[in-house]
Amino acid sequence: MQTWLEPLIKIAVLVGALQGAVAYLVLVERKVAAYIQDRLGPNRVGPWGLFQPIADGLKFILKEEIIPAGADKALFLIAPISILATATVAFATIPFGYVIPAGGGEPIVLTIAPGLDIGLLFVFAISSLGVYGVVLGGWASNNKYSFLGGLRSSAQLVSYEIPLGLSVIGVLLFSGSLRMETIIERQAETGWWWFAVQPLAFLVFMISGCAESARLPFDLPECEQELVAGYHTEYTAMKFGMFAMAEYQHMITVAFLAVLLFFGGWHLWGLAPYTAGNEVTWLGAILRVIVLSVKVLLMVFFFMWIRWSWPRFRYDQLMDLAWKTMIPMGVLSLLVCAICQEFLDPNDMISRCVLGWLSVAGCILWMALSAKQPNRMATESNRP
Amino acid sequence: MKPDDKNIQWVKEPQLGLSGRMYLGPLFDGLTTTARHFFKTVRGEGMTKQFPEERPEFGNPLIYRGVHRLNKDEQGRVKCVACFLCATACPAHCIDIIGTGAPWPDREKYPQSFVIDELRCIYCGMCEEACPVDAIELTALFDLTGASREEMIFDKEKLLSVYDATIEKEPMRSRSRPPQLTKPDPQDK
Repeated sequence: MQTWLEPLIKIAVLVGALQGAVAYLVLVERKVAAYIQDRLGPNRVGPWGLFQPIADGLKFILKEEIIPAGADKALFLIAPISILATATVAFATIPFGYVIPAGGGEPIVLTIAPGLDIGLLFVFAISSLGVYGVVLGGWASNNKYSFLGGLRSSAQLVSYEIPLGLSVIGVLLFSGSLRMETIIERQAETGWWWFAVQPLAFLVFMISGCAESARLPFDLPECEQELVAGYHTEYTAMKFGMFAMAEYQHMITVAFLAVLLFFGGWHLWGLAPYTAGNEVTWLGAILRVIVLSVKVLLMVFFFMWIRWSWPRFRYDQLMDLAWKTMIPMGVLSLLVCAICQEFLDPNDMISRCVLGWLSVAGCILWMALSAKQPNRMATESNRP
Repeated sequence: MKPDDKNIQWVKEPQLGLSGRMYLGPLFDGLTTTARHFFKTVRGEGMTKQFPEERPEFGNPLIYRGVHRLNKDEQGRVKCVACFLCATACPAHCIDIIGTGAPWPDREKYPQSFVIDELRCIYCGMCEEACPVDAIELTALFDLTGASREEMIFDKEKLLSVYDATIEKEPMRSRSRPPQLTKPDPQDK
């Protein structure tokens, strides 16, 4: 096979699957929301509402595009493009399977850029660029609500990058590589998924990842209650659609990262990494893709589930959580991982596990004991 | 009311216990609550009724106050005797009757035209109360819609057709027997 053809096919498959997944995740989100609220959700367009995403897409394309009179036209147009482009490009190093057999030759790795040594770093670098779309969109709209949304999101996304980065360093220490394929293989070899060994890092990663993708407990960039719709208030038709797609792609990215870094990627007990004596088969390849997809979908469902379960943060609480809780917890997790890596046998997972869970318990206890009691209502002190 | 009023009860906000301050218990509570509702709806025990397909259930359709109908007697004639009691009782002035001499020997008058503006009607049921011959009744039809105002002005034929459409399910609620001009029944009120 031509060397340029293989990545092209992989890009086509992945981008197509991503756009389809984003369209249908909107439906799934609406269904989950409806079911949690004892409703039925969209069910008029096609059986079980299955053609609803197509109707939504058509609506987005056919609606009138409005550029506000006071808007900075160039930046206003660039913002949705940049946010969607970065959200898509971030998938270049994320494996969406393991390998597939290639007729006697070297098996094809199911990653657009396979074997890239900066894998994880690339994902973080590119997906952090998404904040430009948000800030530019908010600023170029010439609308105060958009502007506030842009400001808030820039502060939020920049703050939560730090604990997000801290939480993955432990994984990198244990895996010994930034390559996504190696991180999964290491988990498959040891049989321990990193969430069991580094629960504190996983906790920090999930909370920060949720904040990075601006999902509901952390939806301050676009909170409807306070900012109309935040940075995309002035956007219409497909430009708004691009913002919405980027938001869902971010969620998929975070779900993928959580599964790859902490839940063993395509690994399930019985699915071993390929070695010389272990033949690459189509069955094994498809099984691995299915295992990975199911894990990612479960993770996405979890994000949707918590969206309707937990209350939102106030902005100062959000910042408090990032700087006063998440960063110290990330540092502690990194410290524990580093100590384990330095002083323990590389294959002694049980001691690492015990230390990891002890650090989580310590953090939660520390949080509980240092928490202030609520004192907003009438108490002895302010009673006349 | 002064702050030191004896009638004021000062309430303290309940203090969080250790598990509450650890957040995990409350967070888990939230997740289980939403999951319970999720699976309840998945099992098909949700609250939603699919309205046009699934009709709501009435307690008693005979006492529901929906669209009017004009009842017919055994010979298929309109029961109304054009006495104008319903139009007089109507607080919304939505009934318009033109009475004329009846072609039949058992009554003096009958409505040449009987028009109800269903948009003006407040569905209070006073016309039904007022009618001495049980000619006008309110049915259990509640989902009345129309594309124009003219469509919602029901004339005699339409009101009689409502009778044809609903008589199977809702029998006439007769309180009095048909009036007889020649020899009044002593039991008749």
